[in-house]
Amino acid sequence: MTTSFWDLQNADVIVFMGSNAAENHPISMKWFLRGKEKGAKVIVLDPRYTRTAAKADMWVPFRSGTDIAVLGGLINYAIQNGKFHREYVVKYTNAPLLVHPDFQFHDGLFSGWDPEKQAYDRSTWGFQTGPDGQPLRDETLEHPQTVFQHIKRIYSEYTPERVSQITGIPVETFLKLAEIITDTGVPGKAATFVYAMGWTQHTKGVQNIRAATILQLLLGNIGVPGGGIAALRGHANVQGATDLAVLWHDLPGYLGIPNESHKDLATYLEKTTTKDSFWENKPKFMISLLKAWYGEAARPDNDWAFHYIPKVDSRWFSHYDIFQSIYEGTVKGLFVFGQNPAVGSANAGKIPQVMKNLEWLVVVDLFATETADFWHLFGNDPKQVATEVFFLPAAGPLEKEGSFTNSHRLIQWKHKAIEPLGEARSDGWYAVQLGKRLKALYANSTAKKDEPIRYLVWDYDDPDHPNDIDHLKVLKEINGYEVATGKPVSGFGQLKDDGSTACGCWIYSGILVEENGQLVNKADSRKPTAPNRPDGWVEAKGDGTTDYLHHGWGFAWPANRRVLYNRASADPEGRPWGKVPLVWFDHAAGQWKGVDVPDMLPVKPGEVRMGVRFDTPFIMKAGGLGGIWGGTSLVDGPVPVHYEPVESPVQNLLYRQQTIPTARTYQSPYDHYGTPDKYPIVVTTYRLTEHLTSGVMTRNLPWLAEAFAVPFVEISQELAREKGIRNGDLVEVETARGRVRVRALVTSRLKPLRLGDRVVHEIGLPIHWAPFSGVAGVQADITNTLTPQAVDANVQIQESKAFLGNIRKVTA
Amino acid sequence: MGRAATWETWKPDPGNPNQHVAMLVDTSECIGCKACEVACKQWNLNEARINQEPGTYQSHPHLDAQTWTLIRFVERTNDQGEVEWLFQKHNCMHCTEAGCVTACPTDALQYGNYGVVTLDQEKCIGCAYCEQACPFDAIHVDRNPFNPRAQKAGKCTLCYDRITAGMQPACVKTCPTDCIKFGDRDALIEWGRQRVEELKARGFKNANLYGVDQLGGLHELYVLLEPPEVYGLPANPKISTWTKLWKYAVQPLGKLAVGAGLFGLAVNWVAARRAFLQGQAAGHGESDHAAGQS
Repeated sequence: MTTSFWDLQNADVIVFMGSNAAENHPISMKWFLRGKEKGAKVIVLDPRYTRTAAKADMWVPFRSGTDIAVLGGLINYAIQNGKFHREYVVKYTNAPLLVHPDFQFHDGLFSGWDPEKQAYDRSTWGFQTGPDGQPLRDETLEHPQTVFQHIKRIYSEYTPERVSQITGIPVETFLKLAEIITDTGVPGKAATFVYAMGWTQHTKGVQNIRAATILQLLLGNIGVPGGGIAALRGHANVQGATDLAVLWHDLPGYLGIPNESHKDLATYLEKTTTKDSFWENKPKFMISLLKAWYGEAARPDNDWAFHYIPKVDSRWFSHYDIFQSIYEGTVKGLFVFGQNPAVGSANAGKIPQVMKNLEWLVVVDLFATETADFWHLFGNDPKQVATEVFFLPAAGPLEKEGSFTNSHRLIQWKHKAIEPLGEARSDGWYAVQLGKRLKALYANSTAKKDEPIRYLVWDYDDPDHPNDIDHLKVLKEINGYEVATGKPVSGFGQLKDDGSTACGCWIYSGILVEENGQLVNKADSRKPTAPNRPDGWVEAKGDGTTDYLHHGWGFAWPANRRVLYNRASADPEGRPWGKVPLVWFDHAAGQWKGVDVPDMLPVKPGEVRMGVRFDTPFIMKAGGLGGIWGGTSLVDGPVPVHYEPVESPVQNLLYRQQTIPTARTYQSPYDHYGTPDKYPIVVTTYRLTEHLTSGVMTRNLPWLAEAFAVPFVEISQELAREKGIRNGDLVEVETARGRVRVRALVTSRLKPLRLGDRVVHEIGLPIHWAPFSGVAGVQADITNTLTPQAVDANVQIQESKAFLGNIRKVTA
Repeated sequence: MGRAATWETWKPDPGNPNQHVAMLVDTSECIGCKACEVACKQWNLNEARINQEPGTYQSHPHLDAQTWTLIRFVERTNDQGEVEWLFQKHNCMHCTEAGCVTACPTDALQYGNYGVVTLDQEKCIGCAYCEQACPFDAIHVDRNPFNPRAQKAGKCTLCYDRITAGMQPACVKTCPTDCIKFGDRDALIEWGRQRVEELKARGFKNANLYGVDQLGGLHELYVLLEPPEVYGLPANPKISTWTKLWKYAVQPLGKLAVGAGLFGLAVNWVAARRAFLQGQAAGHGESDHAAGQS
């Protein structure tokens, strides 16, 4: 989230799109409802009328997979009607910049498409620069090569009528929606966009979010009170996992993984550092990371051990690539921590079949899962499966110490409440033990290739209990410390590129500090601001004196800042745009002040360096300018445009290019794709409040299992009539990949969608049931046997929100 | 009172058992997450009942002896032709004039402190008259013969054990949106009326506060978005004349009859004892042992 849950009370409009917060983030819903109590209009765009829609002022159903058409239509509406925040756009975004003269967009393809490589050459997506190296700009926004004019041209095709034909939103409804949202395109008004898996799980997942970024920047809604884009994260600590780079394509703190073209550290830093931005400090963060990992073995004469970090090539190594590699025989062993891919992964039918190729499998979980037991389930004959399987018992969330980083980047420490049962251990304990044993195994090796293991700093033992982890040691490494003294640094401002500091994740720096000779864990800080309302919450006040953002509670990265880019909440002279201030320039004191920690370089309003204003809000972007134009940062386009899902019932009405050209599908005997003649119905999948992902942690607990016991497919009254299905009937849903039998839930909360002169039906199924795990009475077919392994090119997420299928009534 | 302190920290006054507490559910902010159902089961150690019907989000068809609170899901199309999905947390209403208390022949159900209707399962004989007498279908007898509480009635206690120890009811404590509030009844009524006005101003013309006057005043109040009948709540619940007749005419008569019966038994016992003693005096030693056993 760019914003904070506590700031949602300031929103004028809250738009849920790709998010069903009431069901999937129920705790967050409290804060959205605070906004509503204070007068915010709540809009839900979702094919289904969900428990979130039940709390909304307006529900707008639309066809799954057409988010960019809706958002592009809103962008077009804002530009055509002049309903955007012009001063914000001109001063704070890259809209006035001139794009490369050879840039083109034609019929769904950007310039640089190489059909052989199935990839873009992105060299024409950047900006024109002057002799001083700075981008050329036209603040009138009239020059035809400005970002603004390109955006205006590209989205001019997204008329209300065209949007309606693609998405199924009636023109009048779309116009009403557009008016409410673009009403916030003035100083002092703001809308928040809330998303989750509904935007990400598409072959154009990242571009969906980019579309909202463009719209929110045009409306001047980022970094302002009540504004922002709220990414609701899927699990208690999924934000923390991302920040610490439990990902193949990144390093902690979003430093980015080196690739094979980065022959040395200097090349890596040169090629991956954004100029004219706060990222110019990247050498300090990167060298401190290398010092944290390799200690004394990271020296100037060996390039700070940069060559110990693996370099990726053009291949992908994400979730689905792992299983494809197991199928192809290149991956031979697999660790599975807290995951049940045989149920939770797209095209789940493929998983237990390809896993037979593994030599060994380690599953660490609270309960035996379908994944751990794959060798005798799903038609697998144990005699034919040679895989050696180890099942290790895991400690539950209350049985271990550590931290959760939640959606609003807030890190909260948690203490162990009870001892784990039996021999169960925390995931962290297993990881530390694995590291220790690997190091012991290679301790006497002289091979060069083993140095990264031999020299890895791996000291997390609790001195009092050598078999336990000292979690504060882990936190200190993440926070950073002076190498010579071991004292924690007070923030990332203290990190250096001369090897004198070490830091495991620069954005978390400041979380563990020394105060009066004592180590203070700020994540464990519990000092909320006193309530100023009878129902126990803290209302923001116009005088900027009330800390409604609770800076005494936990620690939010970076620097305990609660609203990112909050410099944008004030005008270029440093005066707050709206009635509630976040930050302002105190001319008397000659410095920035705020309710929140000001997010800007330490400069005065209007200060010019290298020919550009240097007090712009988006300090992580070149020139501090918000990215209306994405430039070369994404592999699938500088701006989002509408493409149909890989499986779609209709032709792309806008371009000859049907799907996003960079999407990838896998080739194996288990990967199949359907066509609308056989599978005319749009299918979507989702989660329910009552269960967690594959249901292993919820269907095994009787009190949670009973809360939702019967799996279902939701279908509209109209489709039910057409198919002769009554509420509660047993039905079979089929796609090119598999079939599931569930109960029909016939409802008015789903409506057929009218696309021009044809009607498209959409149905939906939750993903929580599985055939073997759980207490008696809550087993069923696996919904994910229906979903495709078709993935986005930037982050390799699967398109499980929009694909094709059919439904029929069956008898048991 | 309630408004001075925040709801979350409110406690009933231990020195004033005549104070009336209440629970208020603002259904406009209920998200139907069922966390209250789970918290209730966990605190009261009630057993899970996996009996969901297909074709609904509602977890159980109705309350039962082990399920004391339940979100009821109502899907409908309103006057404007728009789909509407209403959630109502249903449980014992703790009526001031309670059908169950009226019907209970053993006084297992009573009016307790703070306006709570209490149930003493030790005294319960499982006659299920309370089931018949409750206009809200909120109390049930456990008919599972293998359950330790077989043939005992069960219902929401308003977490009497928690509130008398200064804690909030389990469902209130767990509610993620704070749509369930616990506090002084008068203060909650005032808050609820204000909330109804806010909702009306926002376009919910049917918004209303339920439970203020029904059955002498309920200790479970609801901010509703639609008329009570839409949620399956009776607008004017009544205790049937027969139940009242049972309580105030038949039961006293019955007790009189029982009293007369006992008197008869006592007379009989005295007569029998006399006969026995006479027999013993006559030297029927063999019956000694048997008499000692009885």
